[in-house]
Amino acid sequence: MFIARAAWRLLVGSVILLAAVPALAEWAINMPRGVTPISHEIYDLHMTIFSICVAIGALVFGVMFFSIWKHRKSRGAKADNFHESQTVEIIWTVIPFLILIGMAFPATKTLIKMEDMSDIEMTVKITGYQWMWHYDYLEDGVSFYSRLDANSNKTRQLDSGLNPGDVPDYLLNVDKPLVLPVGVKIRLLTTAADVIHSWWVPQLGVKKDAIPGFINEFWTQIEQPGVYRGVCAELCGKDHGFMPVVVKAVNQDEYQAWLQSQRDVTPKTASL
Amino acid sequence: MSTTAAALHDHHEPQLTGIKRWLLTTNHKDIGTLYLWFSFIMFLLGGGMALIIRAELFQPGLQIVDPQFFNSMTTMHALVMIFGGVMPAFVGLANWMIPMMIGAPDMALPRMNNWSFWILPFAFAMLISTLFMRGGAPAAGWTMYAPLVLQTGDAFPFMIFSIHLLGISSVMGAINIIATVLNMRAPGMSLMRMPLFVWTWLITAYLLIAVIPVLAGAVTMLLTDKFFGTSFFNPAGGGDPVLFQHIFWFFGHPEVYILILPAFGVMSQIIPTFARKPLFGYASMVYASASIAFLSFIVWAHHMFTVGMPLAGELFFMFSTMLIAIPTGVKVFNWVATMWRGAMTFETPMLFAIAFVVLFTIGGFSGLMLAITPADFQYHDSYFVVAHFHYVLVPGAIFALIAAVYFWLPKWTGHMYSEALGKWHFWLSAVSLNVTFFPMHFVGLAGMQRRVPDYALQFADFNAISSVGAFIFGTSQLLFLYLVIKCIRGGPQASARVWEGAHGLEWTVPSPAPAHTFNTVPDSEVIRRETLA
Ligand SMILES: [Cu+2]
Repeated sequence: MFIARAAWRLLVGSVILLAAVPALAEWAINMPRGVTPISHEIYDLHMTIFSICVAIGALVFGVMFFSIWKHRKSRGAKADNFHESQTVEIIWTVIPFLILIGMAFPATKTLIKMEDMSDIEMTVKITGYQWMWHYDYLEDGVSFYSRLDANSNKTRQLDSGLNPGDVPDYLLNVDKPLVLPVGVKIRLLTTAADVIHSWWVPQLGVKKDAIPGFINEFWTQIEQPGVYRGVCAELCGKDHGFMPVVVKAVNQDEYQAWLQSQRDVTPKTASL
Repeated sequence: MSTTAAALHDHHEPQLTGIKRWLLTTNHKDIGTLYLWFSFIMFLLGGGMALIIRAELFQPGLQIVDPQFFNSMTTMHALVMIFGGVMPAFVGLANWMIPMMIGAPDMALPRMNNWSFWILPFAFAMLISTLFMRGGAPAAGWTMYAPLVLQTGDAFPFMIFSIHLLGISSVMGAINIIATVLNMRAPGMSLMRMPLFVWTWLITAYLLIAVIPVLAGAVTMLLTDKFFGTSFFNPAGGGDPVLFQHIFWFFGHPEVYILILPAFGVMSQIIPTFARKPLFGYASMVYASASIAFLSFIVWAHHMFTVGMPLAGELFFMFSTMLIAIPTGVKVFNWVATMWRGAMTFETPMLFAIAFVVLFTIGGFSGLMLAITPADFQYHDSYFVVAHFHYVLVPGAIFALIAAVYFWLPKWTGHMYSEALGKWHFWLSAVSLNVTFFPMHFVGLAGMQRRVPDYALQFADFNAISSVGAFIFGTSQLLFLYLVIKCIRGGPQASARVWEGAHGLEWTVPSPAPAHTFNTVPDSEVIRRETLA
């Protein structure tokens, strides 16, 4: 079964590889634009700098391959002997420097915005454990653990014989997601109880280490309702790959209702 | 100085045979050979570990290894490749080539040279034996971040001790290279006439001496935290886990340049040879290497933007990291300018060198992207980083090593290798390498974190492709082994010059280079003709 699937995958992989630049557009091949003001800015920065790199690469490799084509001995090229030019050296030191300054400006602006912790409306404390997350809504007295969902967990065991393809959101699903309201500037605090973890949700454009003995802070403001999935990004031991993050963003009414239901059901978990 | 050394040299070495020749040798060429073979064995071992990783990642779900062993594989793969593969291989090249390039009869400290090599097999025997210990081999990543690394089982002290031994070996090798380059150059071989390979190694040696003791300090602090009740990195005792990362990366970032600067040197030897044109901007190459070395000391925290630094710190490390693009760019531009209006031929060393320039530059671009702090929050610890550092290390450091072997193999063995097999090796390696590592950019950007044995379904296709590429790449290297052995056994006789466009003192001695070269000081007229100033 696995062998057959493996062989199929090999075949598909090779075919796609040979014939497929247009098909690649269908695949997840780029950073998501995300759903927060910061994630948009990061995406734009990423694309800008990527484009600059592609342009420089095209220029440099273009010159090089032209030279490889034109200045080859088999075409009868005779080697020149020039090997120094201060002017040229200055030009290709100064121009990259100016390009770098051009990159540094927007990057600095975004960074300053990311560090702006003013106008916070609510706070959730995130604690990393081996291997689960704990969420604590500091103002509302709601708190709970969030673990890999049972279905993924059963399937991911060595030689489980189960097919990950049959599990919805395999390895990216939890028993209890972090529920957050949209349109609100939320402070997130990260810390850890054992080793270092890192809380990453690509759609929110946030990744922050959760470090024992430290409390890190950052913020997010989600623009639209939806389910956003992420992972623990810092190696934290055996099950590092099996402690996903799921954020469920809902509108304010739904959020209040959810909060109320949590207060009713689990008043005691906070003391854990 | 060099004349007396040469006079002594004729007498001090008895003709040993068999195993004793290799155990007791103080000859720089024999020791160079030992280093190169040792590193090749380590490449195969580390490569085997990489293939276990890629086999597990071929499809979603766990099929082959459990997660703990998987983490051991990623950890050991890195330690073996960095400390057993790339570093000793460059020391091997330095041993073989530096004395011949500067007209010296041997390394300055031949007995220490023997010792610094023979530490390595013992250190690695110890490190590899941890695979069979209770609790398994180290699994906290080669970065050994506290507090996770403190959860290592019986392997822990053995890992630390083997790192100490490797560090001692590296520092002794570095001291030897500095002593050789500064004291044993033939008269007329001024610093600014030295081949670029000698220059980059001299700078690398200073980096090693500066940062290896820092690594030794960091791992010793781990050791005392684990066994002697200190709390350097334990918050419960007032310690600081982030402190470990600062110390580690103060070593770790210069270490990156320790792995790549000698590769820059190799490129600067090979490209002019096959372009039949002197290296463009020799002096700026020297200054660029020195600037890169200096900058490497003030950028370390770009590996840790997500630990939560103050804004000023993030800005400083972003700007300083971006600056590295300038000297690195100068180097790439100089290589391209060297090719420009040359008369190029494309023997195997040149093919690997051209692939180096292109693919290393791609790795440099992703490095520049990683320097942009806000974007780094997305890239950090994702497969994008894995793609980045494999692009600078595989087609960077390792292609440079392979190119160097092809370049100097006729000088070492006296035989030409098979150009046809060499081209096969090149095309198989260059294509499969990109098949392996390019898709990692995509899965990383799309959200796959590094150091995991299993992944979500949307990453399955690219991972399958990566794994196919990795197996082709790994297998292709056996072709290289076959080619090298074939070349040692026989082949067309190589001339002293070997390559039409070759310049440098090493090409003035016969091929194969006799056991003792430059027992008499080379003529300064020869030096002037063979070097550029
Ligand atoms: Cu974790």
